[in-house]
Amino acid sequence: MTDTPAKSFAKPATRRSILKGLGVAAVGISLSGSKYAWAAEEEKKLNFYNWDTYIGETTLADFQKLSGIDVNMSLFATNDELFAKLRAGNPGYDVIVPGSEFVERMIQADLLEPLDHAKIPNIKNIAPEFMNDAPFDPGRKYSLPYTWLVIGIGYRKSKVKSTPDSWKVLFDSDEYKGRIAVMSDASELFRNCFKYLGKSVNDRSPELIKEAEAMLIKQKPNIKSFHEDNGQDLLLSGEVDLVMEYNGDIAQIMTEDDDISFVVPKEGAMRQQDTLAIPKGAPHPENALKFINFIFEPEVGAEITKTILYPSPNAAAVALMPESYRNNPVVFPPAEIMAKCEYPNYLGPEVTRLLDEAMTRLRAA
Amino acid sequence: MATQTQERRLAFLATALPPIVWVIAFFLAPLAIVWAYSFGQNVGLTEVDISGTFANYLRALQPLYLGIFAKSIFVAGLTTLLCLIIGFPVALSIVFASEKWRAWMLLLIMLPFWTNLLIRTYALIAVLRTEGYANFTMEWFWNQGSWLMTLVGLQPLGDFTPLQLLYSNFAVVVGLVYVHLPFMVLPLYAALDRLDKSLIEASLDLGAGHLRTLWSIVVPLALPGIISGIIITFVPALGAYLTPDLLGGPDSQMIANVIERQFKRANDWPFGAALSFLLMYATFGAIALRAYFSRGKPADGHGI
Repeated sequence: MTDTPAKSFAKPATRRSILKGLGVAAVGISLSGSKYAWAAEEEKKLNFYNWDTYIGETTLADFQKLSGIDVNMSLFATNDELFAKLRAGNPGYDVIVPGSEFVERMIQADLLEPLDHAKIPNIKNIAPEFMNDAPFDPGRKYSLPYTWLVIGIGYRKSKVKSTPDSWKVLFDSDEYKGRIAVMSDASELFRNCFKYLGKSVNDRSPELIKEAEAMLIKQKPNIKSFHEDNGQDLLLSGEVDLVMEYNGDIAQIMTEDDDISFVVPKEGAMRQQDTLAIPKGAPHPENALKFINFIFEPEVGAEITKTILYPSPNAAAVALMPESYRNNPVVFPPAEIMAKCEYPNYLGPEVTRLLDEAMTRLRAA
Repeated sequence: MATQTQERRLAFLATALPPIVWVIAFFLAPLAIVWAYSFGQNVGLTEVDISGTFANYLRALQPLYLGIFAKSIFVAGLTTLLCLIIGFPVALSIVFASEKWRAWMLLLIMLPFWTNLLIRTYALIAVLRTEGYANFTMEWFWNQGSWLMTLVGLQPLGDFTPLQLLYSNFAVVVGLVYVHLPFMVLPLYAALDRLDKSLIEASLDLGAGHLRTLWSIVVPLALPGIISGIIITFVPALGAYLTPDLLGGPDSQMIANVIERQFKRANDWPFGAALSFLLMYATFGAIALRAYFSRGKPADGHGI
């Protein structure tokens, strides 16, 4: 699947990109006919770069039926992979799904195309809070919310004494020695420790990183695994009983196992959005806007949500979902807890480096 | 005659050019870029300024990273040793197997290569985890043993406690040995296969025992193959990152995991490049060592 963008990139039909490559596109000289003809007759293709199991079962086929545009979906596993792929130049993707922290990073690195809101009328279906409360992309110029998610503790009900509603059980206690797993991502791990230590996820003081590092080194003998975002598998297979993971991932396995539940710790946690964005140099930007607009159709959003079970910011789609989804406390944690959760800012290269070094020391300790 | 030489030269160029271009475009050029990065520094989020600084190497030579290098060398060394211990008898038995069996045995060695590494590693997870096949098997034997003991009037063994096999350094070494065993067996097989069997017969005829023959005849003659096998196993094991990521415990971090993080999470390509090149220098060192060992040997004794 991964070779498809490259393939369509090499097609002679993408005249625009050839011109861009030659550096003459901006001059506006048309070599053959009107330049508007290219935009109108954009190739009926779209390269969608998405996470695994993160789209409705019939969504891409429905879009093809409606618009005639063929969607090639390739998959990435981490935001870092997405960023690493794009930083050396867009290899041909039209729509990407970066997490909110990376949206900020990509805007700073000038990797995203501004979105023409006039061409996405279905923006009206998005709950207003998601349009207004987006510190990583003020005014939502570059990204629109696809799902939102919050980190918390997934646990096996029969193996805990009481609801583990504090980060303490994962970060600062031997109560569940050898039965816990935490995330291996430095930013996610350390910045949730900041919450436990009563600070903001956006605190950038080196002393706080040191404090969190010391706490985690002390906690390390109790930790069974630093997982690569597969915490739900560890919990489902019985390898661990408590795991730091995103609510949507736990909601997915709760349909397979009644004994599993999820809680957002009372100290609050890091929340994120996965967003839809168009990277700079996208070969089919008009198709991309059509696709993004399509995603925000109520029925389409509901179809996606039914498959992936992540919280959807698409209010019109949520309204179409059954009661069991709308009132699911895992999908929609209580408002008073969510009020304590924060979107992470991109803290800059210096803090990123400090966090990575702390992580390296923690793993080597 | 001149035209014939010219034609030959052209033919040589025509056949040699594609591989040369290939090596330059896809091996030397990218490597040179990464090498250049290792003397650079980040400017903004996506640009690397190659300023000729040694800061990345200085940082890479801190005790923290040297410790991780040492640990990686130890894990890769242990993996290589285990591969040699397991691989040598395997290679020997393939060499002495009948023609028909030999093909099958070689096929069995190579078969795992046809499966993606990730899938093989996930298969190992299913085997090693707490509720995995290794523990199921041991539990079965445990329960049978328990049943036998009650049968002869003894106390039963009690409940079986599953062994914690996964997410540990043990699991990493098991995974690495499993993945790298073919790299050891194949060069050993090639070396042993070329060995003149009459020398072994002579040794046995002249009264040496089997072990003595193995140590004094087979091993010295197969030494170039053994050294090739050691290097071919050690080098990729040293750079393994998938196995420690998926099978390792909290402290199973190898240097390649740190390098991977620099290119992804930490977004610090220059530092990642410096760490990679330290690994490269270590690899070159290993190959130089191999050259040193086979120095002065007759040319036909060389392995792969």
